[in-house]
Amino acid sequence: MPCKRCKTSPVITLQSGNQPCKNCFIKYFEKKVGKTIREHKLVEKNDKVAIAVSGGKDSLTILSILHNLSLRKKDFEVFAILIDEGISGYRDKTRIDAEEFCKKNDIKLNVFSYKDELGAPLDEIIKKTGISGCTVCGIMRRSMLNIAARKLGATKLATGHNLDDEAQSVLMNYMRNNMEVTARLGPITGIKRDKQFIRRIKPLYFMPEKEVTAYSFLKELLGKYSECPYADQSYRNDVRDLLNGFEQKHPGTKYAIIASFMEILPTLKEKYAQESGKINHCPKCEEPTSGIICKRCQLVAQIKEKLAKS
Amino acid sequence: MKVYLERTNESKEIKASNVSELLKKLSLNPATVLVIKNNTLVTETEKLNEKDEIKIISVVSGG
Ligand code: SF4
Ligand SMILES: [Zn+2]
Ligand SMILES: [Zn+2]
Repeated sequence: MPCKRCKTSPVITLQSGNQPCKNCFIKYFEKKVGKTIREHKLVEKNDKVAIAVSGGKDSLTILSILHNLSLRKKDFEVFAILIDEGISGYRDKTRIDAEEFCKKNDIKLNVFSYKDELGAPLDEIIKKTGISGCTVCGIMRRSMLNIAARKLGATKLATGHNLDDEAQSVLMNYMRNNMEVTARLGPITGIKRDKQFIRRIKPLYFMPEKEVTAYSFLKELLGKYSECPYADQSYRNDVRDLLNGFEQKHPGTKYAIIASFMEILPTLKEKYAQESGKINHCPKCEEPTSGIICKRCQLVAQIKEKLAKS
Repeated sequence: MKVYLERTNESKEIKASNVSELLKKLSLNPATVLVIKNNTLVTETEKLNEKDEIKIISVVSGG
């Protein structure tokens, strides 16, 4: 079936059943992302938006869209932050993709590395301390992004999370009874308005992963496939397979999960905002924490101690 | 026709008259891949013939 509008060959089948051609798909995609940004007030006048980039398709897609939007609107700014974990054969490659894209488009890219922060690249940390890569990233990437965004004067921090990522997270938290973590999801996050915590925005929130990949392919943002050698996300992979299996049999499942989640989200946020009480700030790094010394500083100390002994 | 799977870096010879049939033969879920025919992105209903060069890209990112 050719594209309804221009009678040319279609590139993708959307959930509605429509099969747009390349140009119509790109228009549809950008319009829908724009709508998410407007309706959820992800970007407002005078915002300074830091965009977390890895060099992968999701991050280059959101970087490209927000950059073009800022050129058109002229009432907000964007710049990029890349966390280089130090994973040879993986991040060194995607880092080059990010650097090239930023250079070509004249976007300021700020790089922060585990090597500077922890004293060694992730490859070496794993070898010498035995701590798993995903455990280190789970704590470090998030906090390094927040600290970097804050120091660079950002008012928002954008990530490339898509509909599939979010539907997986919602389902995973259900199945593991982690509702407090669920309360921190959504297209714009931060349970409490805390000056130290830069609000996170996810402009690709309603875009399925397949559509993001198609967009990045058509806009020539898609690099060669690469995979982190330490990837240990078997639970998430199981949930992804389950959701994709369901989606094939029952189209619309992912959207339905997100739509029902959006309905209960305000209630969840309210509940946990009341329960979490006063938020402390870590005396070492000023990051928000529920304890005294934050998890990040505890992990940094542990890694440095083990590296010194090795 | 010649089919290249980017994620696993394999090439295969497979007979199929359209994309849907090809994905079935490879046991791939259409939600998880893009099919590129002669450098052009195509949908599941696209017809295929022997001379086409097919590349299959995974939509899942790694890490
Ligand atoms: S797969 Fe794990 S170790 Fe690799 S970058 Fe992602 S979180 Fe870090
Ligand atoms: Zn069209
Ligand atoms: Zn701290």
